[in-house]
Amino acid sequence: MAAVTVLEAVRGALAEAMERDERVLVLGEDVEAGGVFRATDGLAKRFPGRVIDTPLAESSIIGVSIGLAHYGMRPVAEIQFADFIHAGFDQLCSEASRWCYRTCGDAWLPMVVRTPWGGGVHGGQHHSQSIEAYYGHMPGIKVVVPSFPADYRSLLLAAIDDPNPVLFLEHKRTYRLIRQELEGAPAETVIGRSRIVRRGDDVTVIAWGLMLHESLAAAEQLAAEGIGCTVVDLLSVQPLDRETICEAAKATGKVLIVHEDTLTGGFGAEIAATIAEHAFEFLDAPIRRLCGPDVPAMPYHHAMEAFFMPDRERIAAAVRELAAY
Amino acid sequence: MASATNSETAGGAHPGYPLTRAQLLQMYRYMVLARRLDERMMTLQRQGLAAFVIAGVGQEAAQVGAAMALRPGVDYLAPYYRDLAVNLVFGMTAREAMLNALGKRDDPNSHGRQMPAHWGNRERRVVTQSSVVATQLLHAAGIALGARLRGEELVVFASCGEGSTSRGDFHEALNFASIHRLPVIFFVENNGYAISERTEKEMAVPHVADRGRAYGIPSAVVDGMDAVAVYQTVKAAADQSRRGGGPHLIEAKCYRLWPHSSDDDDTRYRPRAELEEWAKKDPLVVLRGRLMEDGVAADGELAQLEAEVEEEVREAAQWALRQPDPAPEDALGYVFKEGG
Repeated sequence: MAAVTVLEAVRGALAEAMERDERVLVLGEDVEAGGVFRATDGLAKRFPGRVIDTPLAESSIIGVSIGLAHYGMRPVAEIQFADFIHAGFDQLCSEASRWCYRTCGDAWLPMVVRTPWGGGVHGGQHHSQSIEAYYGHMPGIKVVVPSFPADYRSLLLAAIDDPNPVLFLEHKRTYRLIRQELEGAPAETVIGRSRIVRRGDDVTVIAWGLMLHESLAAAEQLAAEGIGCTVVDLLSVQPLDRETICEAAKATGKVLIVHEDTLTGGFGAEIAATIAEHAFEFLDAPIRRLCGPDVPAMPYHHAMEAFFMPDRERIAAAVRELAAY
Repeated sequence: MASATNSETAGGAHPGYPLTRAQLLQMYRYMVLARRLDERMMTLQRQGLAAFVIAGVGQEAAQVGAAMALRPGVDYLAPYYRDLAVNLVFGMTAREAMLNALGKRDDPNSHGRQMPAHWGNRERRVVTQSSVVATQLLHAAGIALGARLRGEELVVFASCGEGSTSRGDFHEALNFASIHRLPVIFFVENNGYAISERTEKEMAVPHVADRGRAYGIPSAVVDGMDAVAVYQTVKAAADQSRRGGGPHLIEAKCYRLWPHSSDDDDTRYRPRAELEEWAKKDPLVVLRGRLMEDGVAADGELAQLEAEVEEEVREAAQWALRQPDPAPEDALGYVFKEGG
């Protein structure tokens, strides 16, 4: 079997889910024509009536999905860019996340909201955003952030099968950049687990999305220099796999958290706090965060974009500093 | 009880009415029950036994008239917080209403997790609602779309106050439902006030119905103080919607006879003369007068019905006060649904 891209893994999982369960529907802007990233390419023809174009209105997409899910369908909504999801924040935060809680389980919502996030495509301030910190702060919604095609496939299928709202974040820069042979590749099927993808003795790096791949590239480079990295693919923001995070932190005693999102209040803060609370005695250095700078959004020009985003060189530099601490 | 009110009226309609005598009495009974429940809840609040009340006093005709035009068990409700009477028609009992008012553990709506009057009951097809207004209208569109895809013939009754019609979700829901010609009845209970703001501060057109027409939705204005008129209007719209006629908007012009909630002082913004004028059109008084005038029921029969309801509400309140409260740690749990 040939290696597949992230995008092909997503598209394949959607088709697989629609094939095996006729309650599964896809809705969003431009999805009938295949979507702006082509994630739904060919689905409208293959599953007539089950791929539904919506008006350009994110609150509608999420609010209607809530209704569909409550009724017993399994909607998979696409928000064209994560940056635009906030118009539906109310529907996610005030409604979807509390549906089960506020009825004591009398009602629940098997729904998925997929959306491309992250920078690196010259998308400027409104096509580059990281949103995991906003939505990871909301018990009642699961937030999934895969990095490898095999996990994209298995976790999207798990998200569609889940009886709860799942926000499924797809890093847009990796859509066509990252390929993987699915057969034999590790594929997480349970939402809420992280995975240690590389083991080394000196420094633990925790990342997700494009930054996970940059971290692995840095780890490869550092190995040649004699610095060993343990690398954690976070996979899920909510629920957070505190056990695996702490196990990885204890393995080296030195932790670097890398994310594209801005530093203050970014999800790295929650991870750092978790390690500080539960693995303090094992630490040999302060927990470090390598993140976007505290400016409102990622700027457009490629020079400023590159400045904003951490990369393998900066990750390697941060690891060297920690290793030497 | 609820299903009896929705049986076909062919042959049995009372002269001059679209409903049988039994249905008309049932209509009046629901209205009285809603009123007595609201009054009792407010008494409990004043006694310090309930924390908060948000009532539908003045809107009973709109609510009962509309709900009796629907099919409980088949149609969905996406109600808003004043819709106690709508819920009664859909099967909520006086005891359940009191459990809800007191935030008791066994309240079927939210088991004490939401403020009172935030309805929801999956089995009765009442969609859980929040305090955020107009969000439920999009849920209604989604349910209607699901029913369409599955081929189930039903309507979704989505109600709100006129204040909600300024929110984006109202407009998005009308737009979506109209594009897909979904079976949704948007029922706007225009009671004249969004807390202290009169409708002139909420919209620059005279009627909410004007807004509906902008989305290509047939939109009607009906006298919301007249239960029978509301019944007829909603029935005609629902019958059309059910058969693929697309969404309808109905604006029931009514009046909030009480302050916004138990925490509100309406003397700060509402002229007493206006209130007194509307009180003359109290929907319970109006319907009672009509039922006697048109020979549907005699004064004695109605008085007996009222006494029965009074007793039902008194008993429900006494019973509910004795029911268990949630335990503090009941705040945990049900964050996620287990299994698939």
